[in-house]
Amino acid sequence: MNTTFTIPHVTSNVIAMFCAAILLIGCDAILPSAPNDADVLDGPVDALSSAQHAQFLRGDVAFNDDVFTAATGLGPIFVATSCGSCHAGDGKGHPFTTLTRFGQGDENGNAYLDRGGPQLQNRALPGYTPEQIPGGAPFTKLTPPANTGLGFMELVSDADIIAMSDENDADGDGVSGVPNWRPLVSYLSAHQNSIPTNEQYIHRFGKKAAAYNLLHQTVNAYNQDIGITSIFEPKDVYSGVNIEPEVSASVIHDVVFYLQTLKVPVERNPNDEAVKNGKRLFIQIGCDNCHKQTLKTAYSPVAALRNKEFHPYTDLLLHDMGKGLDDGYTEGSAKTYEWRTPALWGLGLSQNSQGGEYFLLHDGRAKSITSAIVMHGGEAAMSTQKFQALTEAEKRDILKFLEQL
Amino acid sequence: MSKCKILTIVCLCNAIVFMQWPNATAAGAADFTQANSTRSDSTRSDSTQANSMQTDSAQIFKRIPVDTAPDKLNMDAVYNRPFLTAGVLPVAIGGYVEANTNYRQTNGISEGTSFQARRFTLFVSSTIASRIKLLTELEFEDGTREINLEFAAVDFEFHPLLNLRGGILMNPIGAFNQNHDGPKWDFIDRPLSATTLLPATLSNVGFGLHGKHYQHNWVLGYEAYLTNGFDDKIISNTLNRTSLPEGKMNPARFEENASGLPMYTAKFAVRHRQIGELGLSVMSGVYNKWKSDGIVLDKKRSVTALALDFNTTMLSGDLYITGEVAKIFIDVPDTYSQTFGSEQLGGFVDIIGTVFKGSIFDWENARLNLGVRLEYVDYNQGTFNETNGNIADDLWSIMPTFAFRPTATTVLRLNYRYQHQRDLLGNPPAKTGAIQFGISTYF
Repeated sequence: MNTTFTIPHVTSNVIAMFCAAILLIGCDAILPSAPNDADVLDGPVDALSSAQHAQFLRGDVAFNDDVFTAATGLGPIFVATSCGSCHAGDGKGHPFTTLTRFGQGDENGNAYLDRGGPQLQNRALPGYTPEQIPGGAPFTKLTPPANTGLGFMELVSDADIIAMSDENDADGDGVSGVPNWRPLVSYLSAHQNSIPTNEQYIHRFGKKAAAYNLLHQTVNAYNQDIGITSIFEPKDVYSGVNIEPEVSASVIHDVVFYLQTLKVPVERNPNDEAVKNGKRLFIQIGCDNCHKQTLKTAYSPVAALRNKEFHPYTDLLLHDMGKGLDDGYTEGSAKTYEWRTPALWGLGLSQNSQGGEYFLLHDGRAKSITSAIVMHGGEAAMSTQKFQALTEAEKRDILKFLEQL
Repeated sequence: MSKCKILTIVCLCNAIVFMQWPNATAAGAADFTQANSTRSDSTRSDSTQANSMQTDSAQIFKRIPVDTAPDKLNMDAVYNRPFLTAGVLPVAIGGYVEANTNYRQTNGISEGTSFQARRFTLFVSSTIASRIKLLTELEFEDGTREINLEFAAVDFEFHPLLNLRGGILMNPIGAFNQNHDGPKWDFIDRPLSATTLLPATLSNVGFGLHGKHYQHNWVLGYEAYLTNGFDDKIISNTLNRTSLPEGKMNPARFEENASGLPMYTAKFAVRHRQIGELGLSVMSGVYNKWKSDGIVLDKKRSVTALALDFNTTMLSGDLYITGEVAKIFIDVPDTYSQTFGSEQLGGFVDIIGTVFKGSIFDWENARLNLGVRLEYVDYNQGTFNETNGNIADDLWSIMPTFAFRPTATTVLRLNYRYQHQRDLLGNPPAKTGAIQFGISTYF
């Protein structure tokens, strides 16, 4: 075979340069690398077993990739088409996915359950009409929270939560804090360490702490957000009658496991002097009376979660946040002006899941961390006043501390 | 194994292929160049050479080369392919195959290297009688995961300006849908705007007219068809976005029109022999099941796609530019989720330059091409009702290519893709890099 290969010198140089460029491109330096682990909220906790990793991945797929359609049970009235729609990158939600709940104006229960309560399904399949809030019904808007570290918060013992509560402000610091006591829904079993009172159990998840655990939260979300029934909650949100499960129990358990084993956010710049000062000021002005830095988990069959200290900056209790944040709607035993202390970990990464902006507080009304701080009232009013009395440099240090959480 | 090592192995394999390629296999070369062979008349000699180098099996078949006259339009692509015919039989066969390696990494995560058998396609054409002809295109994608009859239509020529086409035909929306054969392109991946926005390859059952008119240096062409259309999956799918490709997944569309109303597709194209081709096309129809058993279930909801395509050749055929842009309008219920957008926009431009043409390993008319593809797709144009902020769900991509064409109908391609894709909310993009090496050839 004649292997003549007569490419002009200049041309061969061009080709060689191009191939070299392609080869360079093929190396790790050019292929997009993973972001710093501390800069993202998704990913599993360390030290899961292979079987646990497999379940985590199944849950990850179900949570982030499974999109429901009319053929697979979506709606017919709904808020979102998938779990991941509301929690991009497992972070906080956006006003687009903010949901509305209505019908309960006091601790005595929801008076609008027969008229679509407690959640407004504001979207509908073609040919169907979305729900409307009945005239006169109290309501509130709730921005989806971040999922990160939920498994750790689920494992805080009732005893620890009760120890942080101070219903009558016995210590005189102006901060009380109470759990949301509710009866268990039928499909839930009480945790081993539960401390019930009059058959009421401490609930801890959600803006009003109305969900007992992550199974409760997940089943509710499938049903009320996506319109998907399960063996746990067979009632169709549109017809109000029980129908066949549209998601299997095993998928729900996988999603729950996924949520339980999502990693915790880590502080990204804790040794910075301004951050250290900001943390000191945060404690000094009393923010940590509610935003407790450190909690610990109790027993878990998952070794990676068992008996761990973690730093969520929450006490999982309800607090009076004042008239400014009182929407007139509530859940469980919470008052309309009470909100569960949100965890602050991951706060600085909120913009990465909220489209580049901040939408903070329960309904996303605060467009900055500063704005969220000054909107605090009620039990937090004193801390807010102290914050506003700080110098601009001190305020900046507090913000630097919060932004690196 | 590091990605550099993998790539080195791929390149070594590539080199071995170059060294061991049997001379006789070059016989497969019929004259052909990208996008309707309008690049250069100089490649016409390929077919002559190829025909003089037939293998034993080729003694049975006669190769029918592609017509490279610079008056072909994209609409001619379906018939303007290399075929093999035996004796005086009025039937010709052809086809192409393509395969590639695929390494893809998004934000540092990769599923590793895969080898992909993208397509094996068979053409059969037949001259039934004078001015009555038939062509079929049967495609096997990803092995046998998808088997599609992409074209099976009969053409009746009453006059060059008046041809009747009926059967399974490719809707003439944009240029790529009708001109999609792998060996024509110097890129392994098909354009995103042509496959994830416009749903190439889109075939439907229907009837219509087409024709061409020649005037000095100008060629004018038109196509107008009525076909079955899409279905509700356009806005009810697991992609969680408006998707015409999802709306064509219903295999029953070849026997029942989901909406019961014909979809129309029309295209007008003009080519100047020295300048290039410009095409303007529209496709519109009702996509939803608005009535069943005589009961009206919903209003009629339409989907309309507009596309502009162009291609031109410069520097005596050594520089080729082609592209298309598409805009899609979909009637999405106001009460449905804004996840499913009512407007989409996207397009691509390919720029291919020949840096060497001549003899390489005895392939007398080989070419080495360098090129780049620029792509942009916005799957959801609009603003959120809640914030009036922009809905993102978009991507852009840049893809350089190095292609070796031992003959005009065969190509070895080395591609790299760099892509940014944002979610609905416009959060930090998923960054993807992909490296591919592949082959594609007519036979």
